Amino acid sequence: MSADQFLQYLVSGVTQGSIYGLIGLGFTIIYAVTKIINFAQGEFVMLGGLLSFTLAHSAGLPLAPALIVAVIIASLIGAFMYLLAIRTAKSASVVSLIIITIGAAIFIRGIAGELWGVDAVRPPYFSGSTSLSFLGAYIHPQALWIIGTTVVVTIILHLFLTYTMVGKALKACAINPVASSMVGVNPKIMALIAFVMAAAIGGIGGVVMAPFTLTAYNVGVMLGLKGFVAAAIGGFKSPLAAVFGGLLLGIVESLAVAANWGPFTSAYKDAIALIVLMLILLVRSGKLAEEERTG
Amino acid sequence: MMSAGLKSKWAYLAVAALLAFLILVPFDWFLGRYTTLMIFIGIYAIVTVGLCLLMGYTGQVSLGQAAFFGIGAYMSAILSKTYGVNPWLAMFIAAVMTGAFAYIIGYPIFRLRGNYLAMATLGLGLIVWVLFRELSHFTGGPDGMAGIPYLSLGGFVFDSAFRRYFLVWFFCMAVLLISQNIVRSRTGRALRAIHGSEAASESIGINVAQFKVKILVLSAVYASIAGSLFVHHLRFVSPQPFDFLASVKLVVMAVIGGLASVWGAIFGAGATRILSDEILLRFGQWDIIIYGLILMLVMIFMPEGLFVKLKEVFNRLRLRYRQKGAES
Repeated sequence: MSADQFLQYLVSGVTQGSIYGLIGLGFTIIYAVTKIINFAQGEFVMLGGLLSFTLAHSAGLPLAPALIVAVIIASLIGAFMYLLAIRTAKSASVVSLIIITIGAAIFIRGIAGELWGVDAVRPPYFSGSTSLSFLGAYIHPQALWIIGTTVVVTIILHLFLTYTMVGKALKACAINPVASSMVGVNPKIMALIAFVMAAAIGGIGGVVMAPFTLTAYNVGVMLGLKGFVAAAIGGFKSPLAAVFGGLLLGIVESLAVAANWGPFTSAYKDAIALIVLMLILLVRSGKLAEEERTG
Repeated sequence: MMSAGLKSKWAYLAVAALLAFLILVPFDWFLGRYTTLMIFIGIYAIVTVGLCLLMGYTGQVSLGQAAFFGIGAYMSAILSKTYGVNPWLAMFIAAVMTGAFAYIIGYPIFRLRGNYLAMATLGLGLIVWVLFRELSHFTGGPDGMAGIPYLSLGGFVFDSAFRRYFLVWFFCMAVLLISQNIVRSRTGRALRAIHGSEAASESIGINVAQFKVKILVLSAVYASIAGSLFVHHLRFVSPQPFDFLASVKLVVMAVIGGLASVWGAIFGAGATRILSDEILLRFGQWDIIIYGLILMLVMIFMPEGLFVKLKEVFNRLRLRYRQKGAES
């Protein structure tokens, strides 16, 4: 492989990886605050993309408001999901909560299938499709939007968690919900905020991704799984680690496809994420088991 | 509490009624036109029992159970069609291989628990599904493979739905009875202890890891047998019935049936198949919307499962009725 080709695959890996990282951020925020893995996380990405298509294409809104409204609707659905399904199942076991979020995931997916049909759609590009040249590699403007959005979201999230009262309360709740409730942080409100933030970030991911990769009602499961892998690489601890996990996964996937040896043809691209997942889970299983036990 | 004698009398009656019903179903003057539907219910009930044992009695969730179902199906199909192996032998080899696969992945995968275990089983299910689709040289790829032979006994070929109905339900009843015995045995008590508290179970000398793997292997063997019956019934196999949604639908069946109830599996598989194949077939995505709702509602309001809850309500009503009778 020449240096140019290598760079080309690297660019495509970073682009994909940014999307995985954004989804991983959502997993990390919800898990840190509530100890719940939200199996519906990928569905918010799907919703963001399909909503932006409808608003910009069919409803004829200008692009910017369409994108914003799409993200807001996705966040609202996240809020409803928490209030209606998670909060009502007060002291449910881990297995019950897994099944509830899966129920929510296929419910959302089914509704989307009814509303949008089964065909993939492509919302309009943000700024055309003339590829830019970068050190001998070509980069699509939408890919720049994806990478840029991920960087901006990560920075804003970091600033929010570090410098605002609500952000600090979220961090406190993640470290110790009982102690933080004693100093006036309501864990239920924090959980609601976490779900809304995760849904919003998922929606943003869907909005920037959809013009580039197309989107359909059934993309949620695979994207959710990859986002989970990103968050698992990062250890579900810090948002920044989840983003790096996503980038790592994206690059590994892209280079494995590029290498094209043995079974790793592009048809098996999705299996690579799963193999990475298995490796991480098994290597870290001792530590993970310890965490689950101590809560 | 009610007396044990009365309880078992009612249980025997219920089982006898169920058996009589099942024997009469495929006759044309009764519910003959639903024979095919009932064959699928029987096949899915076999998978569901395994999942109920796994989820209900060990408290572990599997989001990849369709993988075991699919491995059994594809192995039976490939061995009997491509390699001309006797279908019964193929079914046996498939069950042994699927069990061995479950055994090999069991120890590493059960070092995980809760969320990570769920995600690992989901990932495993997806990998296996990708293999079904991509190893097209063996599996026929997304188009699947047709022309799988029927099962036969001596000269008796199971070539009509009527005949296959009895074959499938014979297997289903055998699996249910075996499972019932396991639940009531020392093993069943150990499994319930593990569900209650793994640490406490270990402290009284239960080998938790070993029991979990055993039950995973058992559920995989059940799923494999069901998969074999599935392909010898349809004579066709494709990746679609073994995808992620298929695994979720299996969880729906287990949840409706009650996670710790062996007989509930028939109820869960029945309710789900009837909903999918008869009522919602014409309504596109509506079946998964309804399933999503069912999963959320059942888990929020009756985490022990719909069938178990109904049984409880029935017992309470009967008890109240008896008390009234005694007072007057």
